[in-house]
Order: sequence, then structure tokens, then C-alpha cells
Amino acid sequence: MTTLPESTETKLGLVIDLDTCVGCHACVVSCKEWNTSNYGAPLSDIDPYGAEPEGTFLNRVHSYEAMPETGCSQTVHFPKSCLHCEDAPCVTVCPTGASYKREEDGIVLVNEADCMGCGLCAWACPYGARELDMLSGVMKKCTLCVDRIYNENIPEEDRVPSCVRTCPAGARHFGDLGDPESDVSKLVAERGGMDLMPEQGTKPVNKYLPPRLKDRPSEAALEPRHEDPSGLFAWLDKALEKI
Amino acid sequence: MAISEDKAPARPSPKVSDEVRKTTCYMCACRCGIDVHMQGGQVKYIEGNKDHPVNKGVLCAKGSAGIMQHYSPARLRAPMKRTGPRGSGQFEEISWDEAYDIAESWLRPIRESAPEKLAFFTGRDQSQSFTGFWAQAFGTPNYAAHGGFCSVNMAAAGIYTMGGAFWEFGQPDWERTKMFMIFGVAEDHDSNPIKMGIGRLKERGARIVGVNPVRSGYNAVADDWVGITPGTDGLFIMAMIHELLKAGQIDLDYLTRYTNAGFLVNCAESGPNKGLFLRSEEGKAQVIDRATGKPADYDAPGVKPKLTGHIRVAGETYRPAFELLAETYMSDAYAPEAVAERCGIPAARIRALAADLARVAFEEEIVLERPWTDWKGERHETMTGRPVSFHAMRGISAHSNGFQTCRALHVLQILLGSVEVPGGFRFKPPYPKPPEAHPKPHAGAQPGQPLDGPHLGYPMGPEHLLLDEDGNPKRIDKAYSWENPFSAHGMMHMVISNAHAGDPYKIDTLFMYMANMAWNSTMNTSSVIDMLTDTDENGDYVIPHFIYSDAYSSETVAYADLILPDTTYLERHDCISLLDRPICEAEAAADAIRWPVVEPDRDVKGFQSALCDLGARLGLPGFVNEDGSQKYADYADYIVNHERRAGVGPLAGWRGEDGESEGRGAPNPKQLERYIENGGFWMSHIPEEAQFMKPWNQHYQDWAVKIGLFDAPAPYVFNLYLEPLAKMQLAAEGHGAQQPPEHLRARIAETMTPLPQWYAPFEQEAFADEDYPLHALTQRPMHMYHSWGSQNAWLRQITGVNKLFIPGKLWEEQGFEEGDWAYVTSPHGRIKAPVARMDGVNEKTIWTWNAIGKKRGAWALEEDAQEATQGFLLNHLINELLPPKGDGLRWANSDPVTGQAAWFDLRVRIEKAPQGGPSEPALDAQESPVGTGPKTVAYGEEF
Repeated sequence: MTTLPESTETKLGLVIDLDTCVGCHACVVSCKEWNTSNYGAPLSDIDPYGAEPEGTFLNRVHSYEAMPETGCSQTVHFPKSCLHCEDAPCVTVCPTGASYKREEDGIVLVNEADCMGCGLCAWACPYGARELDMLSGVMKKCTLCVDRIYNENIPEEDRVPSCVRTCPAGARHFGDLGDPESDVSKLVAERGGMDLMPEQGTKPVNKYLPPRLKDRPSEAALEPRHEDPSGLFAWLDKALEKI
Repeated sequence: MAISEDKAPARPSPKVSDEVRKTTCYMCACRCGIDVHMQGGQVKYIEGNKDHPVNKGVLCAKGSAGIMQHYSPARLRAPMKRTGPRGSGQFEEISWDEAYDIAESWLRPIRESAPEKLAFFTGRDQSQSFTGFWAQAFGTPNYAAHGGFCSVNMAAAGIYTMGGAFWEFGQPDWERTKMFMIFGVAEDHDSNPIKMGIGRLKERGARIVGVNPVRSGYNAVADDWVGITPGTDGLFIMAMIHELLKAGQIDLDYLTRYTNAGFLVNCAESGPNKGLFLRSEEGKAQVIDRATGKPADYDAPGVKPKLTGHIRVAGETYRPAFELLAETYMSDAYAPEAVAERCGIPAARIRALAADLARVAFEEEIVLERPWTDWKGERHETMTGRPVSFHAMRGISAHSNGFQTCRALHVLQILLGSVEVPGGFRFKPPYPKPPEAHPKPHAGAQPGQPLDGPHLGYPMGPEHLLLDEDGNPKRIDKAYSWENPFSAHGMMHMVISNAHAGDPYKIDTLFMYMANMAWNSTMNTSSVIDMLTDTDENGDYVIPHFIYSDAYSSETVAYADLILPDTTYLERHDCISLLDRPICEAEAAADAIRWPVVEPDRDVKGFQSALCDLGARLGLPGFVNEDGSQKYADYADYIVNHERRAGVGPLAGWRGEDGESEGRGAPNPKQLERYIENGGFWMSHIPEEAQFMKPWNQHYQDWAVKIGLFDAPAPYVFNLYLEPLAKMQLAAEGHGAQQPPEHLRARIAETMTPLPQWYAPFEQEAFADEDYPLHALTQRPMHMYHSWGSQNAWLRQITGVNKLFIPGKLWEEQGFEEGDWAYVTSPHGRIKAPVARMDGVNEKTIWTWNAIGKKRGAWALEEDAQEATQGFLLNHLINELLPPKGDGLRWANSDPVTGQAAWFDLRVRIEKAPQGGPSEPALDAQESPVGTGPKTVAYGEEF
């Protein structure tokens, strides 16, 4: 059993805009690419060229289709990675102390040297956001690119998680959700940002901006002023004189 | 519990890489700028280049998966010659010298006797101005890239109508548009710019309307989804035009100034001038001048054309084109009620969308305080914008009525006054460029001589067709023949079929680059495989020689006799040239390079460099010096030193001996170094007063001349009415020296209307709805680019199996359940595929992801790879020919105007199949000349 910090003043996290996410998987692959050769063990791929390739990803996009009672089908693209919960059950369940939540910024990390790959944390996480790497035998999860966001070898404007930097539609935002004046907190307030599965009591830091209502076609119609071409031509001659 | 000391430091700041090398992505055709991080000589990380005009720092899934592409186990290692039968995959690796000897032994005799016996087609080539130059020097008329099976309808309709099209030709005014409509947009085209644009529109609260039979990707996030029935987009668009005309909601000032709405059209019932414009003796089209009521040159300063009325000249009546347009679209045939059922869109919805377009265009107009001077010398203090914009791609293009549908969309844009104005659609240099300013097609082949001009271009009438004395097509693909007169990108999908049939003639050598023609890049895959392996009575292959260049062990490699192994995109030089398909923005001209950020570790060579070598061996003009020695050591040498016109070469940046010139200037030996220093690209901004109204803006025209896009200002007006089509119709009626064959007269008259009209797609008309009640489509996933993407170790984990998506209603009617398989039958064949339910799809349409299915043994995948056992291709169901009509002729399943492959006309029926795979047809495996990939990958371990 590992303890959580009582609270963290800084709460770094992601705000993901489900209205804008087109489901392109850019964040998924950029995350894999950065994290496989940076923090901790590589994100390995088993059977990458065979029948059932299966690798470790820290971020995946699922698409869900729903058919409302009236109107047409709605599809939401739903990117999912660790939500860096304030009450993170993956930390408290960890028998070795490998899983921990940082007091300084709230990031939930795994200290791979202490991880024995027991998988309890993945079982405890209600979001399925952790993946045991089959090759290295250690638990992998989103680090919020902890090795990017403070990295003085990276230009200041790029000190954001790789998924945020790469997102073509601008659907991913990074910042301090503990600061009500931060851009991300304001965005959450403006757009009604939501917790994922709040009933789990995990108090996730990451927020999702809900899709706007769609498919409300107007009932407008143009007034037909000219039923046949000759009417149009007569109007047009007059209208042209005014130009 | 105690926490170990191995925790990450509070603020970790590791070194990212040894070095960043900036080049251009090639994981698809979008040409984004990338920063390639190198460590220990290896590629560690690829991210978007923030300074780059195309992607401004972002990068899609394909781009980020570039590492797996670069290190793919499917990479070819050396030139190879076939040792087993075609299709076996049995090869022997050979030296480049031997490979060139073999190629030369086939090509030299052809060039000396009959250069047309070489068919050279280059697929998804981004060096077409170079490969075309090589083919022209060789002297074969048979050259094109992949546009004919991609989106030539979109490109040609755009050029003919308004001097430019979507994607690399232009873009919406993302910062100002308020309503954006997309039609049939494949999710991979202009991939990052469209996603960035959609994000920007969402941020600004602009409205997005998606018109597509399938609601995925962009259509899923659109504010409104219009789930149209495939092949009916033209009807829908014309019904909106009907509404706008009836309400008088059109931009009259724009139409009179910038279009041929006022051009006088001969309205005789028949005769040699029917449908043609009234022209002055100098050939200038005439309008009725409102001031005098008399005919006048359309472009004379001060002339304001009438859009109505008539005039009689030499006993014949002429009326402004606009009157004909109004009569066409105001007819009841295009009323919303008349088209609703066929389109699968309620009439009220069509009316509402037309009303929304009109409201945004006219009630929410934008006025920029930006003075400019037009082509007639008139000064304007402001620029008026109509903030509605459009984008369309293969969905409306890949039908046999696609050209006219794409034209109709442009007519709609023009009637709304929303092209090249603030908030509307904007051209990117070198566009705008009207059809007249493009070359005409050439096919004059002579033994031992170069071709008499460039292969591809824009015909303006029957006189520009490529026909021999007997009226037969000069090209193997029959491009620019009466069957498809305006086939501006050639017809790659017909090459193998026609070569096999010897129609119009037999060839000796097929030479292809970067097109998986034996698999996902062809219609009728199974039959194409048969054609490539078919032998004559002597046991020789019917298509005697096949040279193929590819970087990877694709399906097509197995069917070739000689393989020239290409490099990966990180190992090569390329230029993304203004002579070709550059990376310009609406406010800037730009071009870019690729350069070897990693040197190849195999005996491979960039295909273009191989062509430099081969061109020199064959002594082709332009590839040898006067003394016969090789002119260009490699492609990089060509990029720097070739001049297409004096001072104008493949790259526009840092020209001149001192490297200080833009656009025009002598070759600069340090040019590539300057590009590399600048991040791999060059960009020059268009002056502010020249950024809109480009076709008519004096400032823009002068800037374009200065920078070398044209040699003299070339202002023009948009073609609502397309006179070259009227000329084709006249020929069909028996007028003129060039006459179509009898069997095509009726079709030409019906389909080549100078104002776009809708007709039912050919294949759909050929069969009863009861027999084949469903439409079947493919789309590319956003994270893949045909078979390149679906072999990638990371991307294939995202989509490794393509399901056939079935609309909910049909799913229930047929009693499908999760995990089921279905047979899909077209008039041409049957496949077996796994199915899944989807509700966001037009109820008469089934669809799947394109190019996931793979042949066993290809791409260094194991034989039981899911792409081979469960993945499938719809291509097997699509014939490149229409069903026989009993006349013994081979009718291409293509657009009758441009020859675009009509992939999306496919009609099918489905039924439940026994559960479980494999998907069918389950073809025999090919041997892999490169083995299979490793059992595990842990990329990055070494860093």
C-alpha cells in the first residue's frame, strides 16, 4: 500500500475536446514514439509483423457510435490515457511503492526499478489506463511526458506532452488544473468540462470537453421570388442597373 | 512503504537527441515538414516542423509512425531479377550494373524502333515533372502518374471551371469562413491542413456541414451530417442552385465581372456554331455591353455585360450563358422535391442548406479594407468576401458522373461569389491558372526521338485529342481519345488491362514506380494478376517485360521481372516543386526538399537517381552531355542544375550564383545547403494587396510573373459555361474535321454538356436495383496511406482488420450478428468478409477501410497476418470495364470526360456467409524476398 500526497497545489493534466477530436490517432502514435525511446523501458511490440500484433500504448483512441431516439447516429472519438487522479487507486494498491503521485505537480508515475509487474494497479484503475509491457515486465502509463514538460533542451513553447504538441485538430490542451486562472481551467469552465466516471471517486485531474449538440438542421427556406427563368431575368436586369 | 531512489527527478531534463534534421514527410502525399531527431546515427523521434507552411508543427499518426516505416523489415535490399514464375516472389539479388544492363537490353531496342512500346507509369510519385521529363526524352507517349484512378475529376473540373481545384491547388480561408461544406472527403487527403482547419473553425464557432454517405472522422465532428446516396451529389448541388436562382440569391456583380456568365452562346438548333461563343475576328468572346446594347469584347475596359436578352448575328441567335444556366437549373428536374428520394435527403433539408448558404454568403458578408486594382485597371477600395467555403475529394470524384458533379460544385461556389474572396475558397500558387495556360497533350512518338511535347495537358477541343490517322487512340491507356477526351492525368487503371488485350496495341515493357498495381491500387485485382501472369501460345508472358521500382516488398514486386529498389523517404533527395505539386499556401509560394537524413544501409537508390543513370545509358536527350557523358550524377544534381526555362528550375528558392534570387535565377550550386539551413523549405509571401481576387488582381499577376510562375500576366474569367465541351458535342453531331466513332456519339452528346448536368452513373444503370441493391465504398483511415501504412508495425495495431460496415436497418433485416461474415457479390465477382454494424451510414450503402487486406507473403508480414486472413479488398469486385454491350468493344468503367476510374459506382448485394475466415478470395502466398519481420520490437532500447 502506497500513500498519496494529501493534496497537490499544482495539478498538471490534459483537457481533451471531444467536440473537435476527429479520431485520427496522431496523439496515440506520437505518444508511443516519444515514450518508447525516453522515460523508462521501451513500449514494446509483441508479434509486430505476425497474426496478432500487440504492443504497449500509453494512449489509445476509441470511437463510440450512439443512435439517439430521434435524429441520426452520433460518433464520438474518445482518446484515453491516465487521468492523473487525485485519489488514484492505482497508487494506493501498489505493493512495492513503485506507483506514486508526485506532490509537486500531481503527476502519477511508475518507478520502474521498484515495479515487479504484478498488475494490481492496472486491475485497480477503473479506466484501463495502464498497460503491462510484456517484454520488460514493468507497468507503463502516461507520464504527461514528464521528460518533456520541464526539459530545458526543448524550446519553451514545446514543453508540453507530445500528444498535445502533435494534435492536428488542436483538441488536446495541457496545463495546471489546480490554478483556476490557467487557460485549461478557463476552458473547462467555459465548455462544461467533465470528469470521466466521477462515481468512481477517483477525482481525475484530466477533463473532457463534451461534444456540442449536432444535427439540428435549420428549417429555413429561401423565398422563391422567381418561379420561372423569365421572372428571374426581369429582376436581374433591374438589379444589374444598380451595380 | 519506502520509496527507492530511482524515482524520476522532479524536473527531468534529458538530452532529446544529438541533432535535428529537417526534411519533408512522405508517409502520405500531404508533404508536411518534419524534424527528425537523430541519436547515434539512428532516427530517434520525428515531430512536426513548427515553421513549415503545411503542418505548422503538428503531425498525424502516419508521420509519427515514420520510424517503423523507415526501419520496416519489408524494405528491399538490392536490385533483383525474377527467378521463379511471375507471382512466385522468387528473386535473385543482383548488382545495379546488372540491373541496368537488363533494363537497357529491353529499353534500347524499343526506343530505336517503337518508343510507344514502353508504358511508364509512376503511381504516387511526387516528382512528376522529372519522371515526365524522362518519359518525354525517351519518346514514349505512354506516361502518367496515378491521378486517373485518384481524383482527376476534381482536379480537371476545377482547372476547367475556375483555374484551380481543392487540396494543393487551394484552401478555404480558414480564418474567415463561417460555413464550411465538405463533400466526399477522404480522411487522408490534405490530412493535417484539413484537421487544423476544422480545429480552427470549431474554435471560432464556424459551422461545418459534412456531406458523405459515411459518418466517420470529419463527418463525425461536423455540426450537420448529410448522409447522401453515392453518386447523387450532383443532383443535390444542382437542387441547391435551383433554390438560389429561384430566390435571386446569387452574386450578380461577381458574375458579371469575373465569370463568363455574359458570354454570348449560339442558340441555333443545329449547325456548326451551335453552343459556341460569339467571337470577334480576333477570337475574343463577345458580351452584350449594357451601355450600348451591342456586342463587345468581354475584357474591354468599361464594358459591363448583360446577363439576359439575346442578339442576332449573321442570322443566328445568341444569348448570354447565364440565361442558359438559369433555364437549366430552374427546371423542375432539379427542384428539391424531384431529387430528394434519389439523393436520400429530404427536400426540406436541401432547401434549408441552400438558405443557410445564401444567408451566410450575403447577409454575413465580409468587407476587407484592402485596396486593389483589377485586370481592367479599375481601382477597388475594398475586397468583399462571401464567407462560405467548400472542400471535396474522391467521394464525389470517383464516379462516372464525377466530372460534371465536381463542375456543379464549382458553379455553386461561383454563383455565391465565394471563390478567391475573403472567407471563401482561395487558390495557392502556381494557381490560379486557367486551362488555356496549361500545355496541350502530346503523343507524337518517333523511333529514336524524344516525344514532341509534354504528355499531359488540357485539351480545348477535338483538335487536341491524341488520335492516329484512323482515329485510334495513340496512348495505351486511351487517354485523350473520344472515350475520355479530357483525361488530364492519364488513366493508369487501364494500362495493364489494355496492354494485356493489345487494345489499342501491344507493348513490350511495362515500367512502374510506387503503385501497387497488382493489389490495392488497381480495379479488378484478381484479373489484373491473371493478366500479368498470362502467357501466349509460345509460353511467353503476354506483357513481355515488367520493371518495377518500390522501396518495399509489396504485392506488385512479386509480379515484376526486374526490381529497382527505392530508398525510404528519409534516405532520399526529392523536390516538392513549383513545376509540380508544391507546398504553397494561399498567401505564399513555397517549395521544399527531401534530403538523406540517414544514408541507406542497403544497396538501394532513389528511383529518380536510377532514372538519371538509366537515361544516361540510353543516351536520352537532357540526360547526357554533348560528349555523351552522364549529365546528372543523381537526382540532387538534377534538382540543382536542371533548368526547365531559362532561370526557372525545380526549386525556386536561393537561385542565382550568389543564392539571392527567388523564382528566377541561374542554378546555385549551394541551393540544397540553403534549403537545409532553412529547415527544408523555401517560402515567399504574396504582397497583401495581391492575396485575394488573384485571377483578376493586377498586383497578383505581376507578382506571379516576377517569381516565374508565368512569363506574362494571364488574367481570365471563370467558366460557368465550358465551351470545350460544346465543341465535343458539336463533333458528336457530325461537325468538324475530327469525328468520334459512331458508338460514342450519343454518349458524348449526353454527358458532355457545357453546363453541368446530372446523369446516373454508368454501372448503376447497367443492372437492376433488385439484383444489386447496395452501393459499396471504401475510405482510407486517417492513420494510414494505402498499403504503405497498413504494413507499419504501429499503425497495423490500430487497424489490422477491416470490417465491412453494414447499415443498422439492413443488419437487422438480414439477421446479422456480431462476429458474422458475409458474401458480397457484384456483377463482376464475389468476396467473403467479416462484418460489423454501423448506423452512421447511408442506408443503401456498405463500406470498408481501403487497402488493409494484404496478400499472404507480402510486406514481410507472416503468412497468418490478420491483414491476409481477415483483411480484404473490395477491388476484386470492381471491373475496370463496363459490362459487355454486345458490340465487341471494351468500355472503360471510367468518367466519360476525364477517364477517372469510377470506383464508387460499384453496386453489390450481400448475404450471410459461413462464420470464420479466411477472407476470400484467398490467393496463394508469394515468397518474401526479404524474409519476415522480427518477433518483437522494443524500439528505443538503444537510446
